[in-house]
Amino acid sequence: MELIKPGTTIDFVRYTKWALLFSASLILLSCGSFWYHGGLNYGVDFAGGTVVQIRFNQPTNIADIRRALATVNIANITVQDLGQGGNEFLIRMPASESGSQDLSTQMQQALTGQFGEQAFEVRRIETVGPRVGKDLRRKALLAVLFATVMIGGYIAFRFEPRFGVGAAVALAHDVLIAAGALSLMNMEFDLTVVAALLTVIGFSVNDTVIVCDRIRENMRKMRRETLAAVINKSINETLSRTIITSGTAVLVIISLLVLGGEVIHAFAFALLVGITVGTYSSIYVASPIILFWAQEDRRR
Amino acid sequence: MRKGIVYRALLVVALIVAAVIYLVPSFVTSLPDWWVRFFPSRKIRLGLDLRGGTYLLLNVDLEKAKENALDQHAEQLRRALREEHIAGVEVERVGQSLRVRTPTQEAKNATEKVLAEQFPMLTMTGAPAVAEGEMALVFDRRETQRLQEYALEQSLETLRNRIDQFGVTEPSVQRQGDQDIVVQLPGIQDPERAKALIGKTAVLEFKLVAENGTGGENTEILNGQERDPLSGQMRRVTYTLEKKTLMTGDVVADARVRPSTEFEGPYVELVLNDRGARLFEQITREHVGRRLAIILDNTVYSAPVIRERIGGGRASITGSFDIKEARDLAIVLRAGALPAPVTIAEERTVGPSLGKDSIEQGILSFIVGGSLVVVFMVVYYKWAGVLADVAVLLNVIFLLATLAAFEATLTLPGIAGIVLTLGMAVDANVLINERMREELRAGKSARAAVEAGYERALPAILDSNITTFLSGLILFQFGSGPVRGFAVTLCIGIITTVFTAVFCTRLVYDTLLARRRLVAVSV
Repeated sequence: MELIKPGTTIDFVRYTKWALLFSASLILLSCGSFWYHGGLNYGVDFAGGTVVQIRFNQPTNIADIRRALATVNIANITVQDLGQGGNEFLIRMPASESGSQDLSTQMQQALTGQFGEQAFEVRRIETVGPRVGKDLRRKALLAVLFATVMIGGYIAFRFEPRFGVGAAVALAHDVLIAAGALSLMNMEFDLTVVAALLTVIGFSVNDTVIVCDRIRENMRKMRRETLAAVINKSINETLSRTIITSGTAVLVIISLLVLGGEVIHAFAFALLVGITVGTYSSIYVASPIILFWAQEDRRR
Repeated sequence: MRKGIVYRALLVVALIVAAVIYLVPSFVTSLPDWWVRFFPSRKIRLGLDLRGGTYLLLNVDLEKAKENALDQHAEQLRRALREEHIAGVEVERVGQSLRVRTPTQEAKNATEKVLAEQFPMLTMTGAPAVAEGEMALVFDRRETQRLQEYALEQSLETLRNRIDQFGVTEPSVQRQGDQDIVVQLPGIQDPERAKALIGKTAVLEFKLVAENGTGGENTEILNGQERDPLSGQMRRVTYTLEKKTLMTGDVVADARVRPSTEFEGPYVELVLNDRGARLFEQITREHVGRRLAIILDNTVYSAPVIRERIGGGRASITGSFDIKEARDLAIVLRAGALPAPVTIAEERTVGPSLGKDSIEQGILSFIVGGSLVVVFMVVYYKWAGVLADVAVLLNVIFLLATLAAFEATLTLPGIAGIVLTLGMAVDANVLINERMREELRAGKSARAAVEAGYERALPAILDSNITTFLSGLILFQFGSGPVRGFAVTLCIGIITTVFTAVFCTRLVYDTLLARRRLVAVSV
């Protein structure tokens, strides 16, 4: 079976301008979403605070839970129905600078008072202090930056400096758009999402590597041709592989997204967007940069 | 050529056997004796997010530890000055430094001599706030470091003692960095109780209740609770106490729970060491008729009246607690006080039911995702696809066996990492197969196509796996707990992928070529 027929010649380079426009609008959309939501929607890992997931024995009214929690003197408690037949809820409390550290204990006491001890089960508690949250935020940013630079450096070392720059820009592009998609969906940005972004960085550069590898090989073979022609031929030759590899990755990610449960939902979503965009960007972000660089060189 | 194939085949077979041996303990519930004697019995360890449990990051208040040490040094300095008959010198701790006020130049010189001889760890600071005739002293760098190290090690030790007595299987208490302690309690049923037990500083003090309950210069007011004898309700009471601490918890040799009687609830009996016994006898003898308050972490538990001199080194803490609370109180008193208060900076608790659901969801997405990839590869690449699928299967076996062999922790993101490896591992075979198709299209023979396919695809395969490995390493460095579990499976998966997808599949082709069975490549 063949998805891409051999000898396919799509003139990718010709559509570079449109691709740039497309990328720019995606990035603009991401930034717009960041602006609209007032930054990333940090989960408890980064914002600090407490999340408690509880499951009741029988369907429970969300208003009753809110009323029970009103007795606890904590501002901005939010209750979210997890859609398990009205049994399961997520309760969020922001980090308090001065308040008592045992928000989850107080909350459980309030719920026990209203519904009784055996009525519910605490499935998960996550509490992150403000100091830890800030620390994790800094570390996450550093990790993403460091990974981008290091992989760009590796590509520059293995191929040519301009390939490295192309790869690094493509990666930054993918990460930004994946984060933007999370923001648009109003999904929480937590530690697992950072894990997903780092995976996107490591995986999406694969496509770039394959394309660059082929460009280098073809540059030796086709000395008479223009660089644009070399790039076009290289992308076409590797297109089948690019699509199939991303395709199998997307298959397993969709299975994680649908079946993996609430805990890794945001993780799977960030991977899905990141890897899809990463496939496109290795064709349309890295190559134009290499081409642009070459034209600049010739002009000088 | 043929010899090379034999050796390679032996290597692969040996590794598969080893992998299966390492996997058996994780999948067989009860191992026979002979197995345990000869073979590894290590299992894949499940993370707290899968087996349920509590993870706590504790922050040790080192500032407070330093202040406590300064207080002790102030006391020692006062005693030394008394012994040297230097009068009129005031020693007081102000925040993070000691202030020493001397009345005359003569006294100042004498004090400086004492400081130089007996307190070399204290150095003078020229803080601008220091007034005339006043010295400001702080610990020098080495002493500060030693103190912090001591506070952390001591906290670790105390917490280990407390948790050991709490009765959790395989608890882990570890130091992290310069001021944090990580506590992991797998399968814990009552995290709230554990938190209360761990978070208590457990500083036990004995102080006298001020006479007539009047305030004054050397008194302080502390809160306590007592049960109203009429209604049985708990109510808050305040006590006015003399500031001077008569005895502290360091003289406690043992603490036991005594069951409740008809007249009162359960209480905790303290067995004091020799020094404590003498001290307690002296205190009770000198203050018959007064009330002695027993204070834990600045809360008054009880303040009984001293009826007579108490010998024998036994004291009891009564109060209004149930048997569970009394037991936990005995644990913290036995394990001793923390040198400084700790705060819970991070908590992650997963209940057993969520852990079970996560395992099921993880396995389900593994099976579904894996099947999709396996079917796709066969449809798309025919026999070459089957070969890639065998490689993927081997890959999973090696990956799990490596996890078991290194006793790495498997978390939910870790399972996601394995699922992802399924999808990404075939990339190497896709690259090789695409190359082979190209070579075949160019009219090459089966043998040449196989060789060119592997040779040409290898650099790209290595490059792409190295970059993913690099980001996995960064993730490992950055992450903690579950995320780290993901980084581990991702990185191990990459190594096993290169081995199975390149080395093992090549072996199959070479075997077929060597036997001249391979005339056409099915790809």
